[in-house]
Amino acid sequence: MSESRRHNLGLRVEGLAAARGGRVIFESASFVLEPGATLLLKGPNGAGKTTLLRTLAGLAPAARGTAETYLDGGPRLRLDELPAPRPDRRAASIYAGHADGVKASMTGVEHLRFWARLYEGGADRIEIAAGAFDLAPFVHLRAGAMSAGQRRRLGLARLVISGKPIWLLDEPTAAMDAVAAARLAALILAHNAEGGAALVATHDKLPIEAPALILDARPPAETQ
Amino acid sequence: MRAQLAVIGRDVSLAFRSGGGALHSVIFFALAALVFALAIGPDLALLSGLAAPILWAIALLSALVSLDRLFQADFEDGSLDTIVETADFLELSVLAKSVAHWLSAGLPVVLAAPAVALLLNLPAEGYAPLLLSLLVGTPALSFLGAIGAAVALGLRRASILVAILSGPLFAPALIFGVGAARAGAVDSPQFLPAILLLGAITLFGALLGPIAGAAAIRLNMTA
Repeated sequence: MSESRRHNLGLRVEGLAAARGGRVIFESASFVLEPGATLLLKGPNGAGKTTLLRTLAGLAPAARGTAETYLDGGPRLRLDELPAPRPDRRAASIYAGHADGVKASMTGVEHLRFWARLYEGGADRIEIAAGAFDLAPFVHLRAGAMSAGQRRRLGLARLVISGKPIWLLDEPTAAMDAVAAARLAALILAHNAEGGAALVATHDKLPIEAPALILDARPPAETQ
Repeated sequence: MRAQLAVIGRDVSLAFRSGGGALHSVIFFALAALVFALAIGPDLALLSGLAAPILWAIALLSALVSLDRLFQADFEDGSLDTIVETADFLELSVLAKSVAHWLSAGLPVVLAAPAVALLLNLPAEGYAPLLLSLLVGTPALSFLGAIGAAVALGLRRASILVAILSGPLFAPALIFGVGAARAGAVDSPQFLPAILLLGAITLFGALLGPIAGAAAIRLNMTA
């Protein structure tokens, strides 16, 4: 393990089940997301990809099972190197879903500054984030005046600003052109190289080679 | 704390832009006063006797104008996820959203109150107690209103539900607010206790609103 890696945190999921509105969405998801690895989350519509990601992000409760972060072997991280005071799941991960999380009346720059304050201490990463998603041509526009793909790139810039080790991405390439999708793939690989992990729900639009985690559609009889 | 301050700064700045709700509350406040003034007619004595209760009642209603969007807008565009994700205690984020609501909807109404009070022929000695009671009492509306806004999160036509849920919670603030404004106008000894009770209601709201609001948000985000 190289000393230059910023992150050292993995995610271990065992027997995780989630229900939504009394309906079981998925049962017994078990996998390990290692530091520096990317897993592509696949499965048909309704298989529970979004629910799994939201559960892992701490935005939705698990019905059963555990999902916990672990520090990879090798040198223990000093406490001040941890992404947050508590190395728990929510502090360690960042979720980017279908909604971009941007406000129509705020400019790109305002969003980046807001996220830098919200994620505490990411101010120096604004430039890096803007470069990673090539935001410069439209960063001074209001988000309402941006195209859907530009808003998506702006929204994903908070991944970089947050500095979190575990990225949970739900269809990140939606509305993106091929160039932007390639940029995102490169960014995820760079994140991996720093020891960061990513779990990405995608329908093959992301040009990245990574092992797949398949969620099966549940037969209708069991969903009641 | 930095995260909460960031949320307050963002919300207040958004409220004063086009599409934000800051001016809606003030315009509603002035319009409602105009409606009362026209309805009561040229009886100036009656109008000045009713001025303080009317001003308090329409301040309460104008708080409702923007309450239903308190969490709904963030919920719809996904930014509520980022707020929940970065909050060590969601209660503090709800408190921050409530403070921002008061700064952008409550405080402008308090500042507009003297001008609107002219319209209702409020007696000169009534201005100071009315303004003080509004200043002390209207934050309770934003704190307690957050509960209704959080419960109605994700529902269509939430605004009427927010009003129904918030009405009973607003009653104590209204009663002691009007009591303080009236007692102060006639130099009654009941002014101080009423203002202190109003302050207690606001402090109670600052505690209850964030706790209940955060619980409702957790519940609604997973449904």
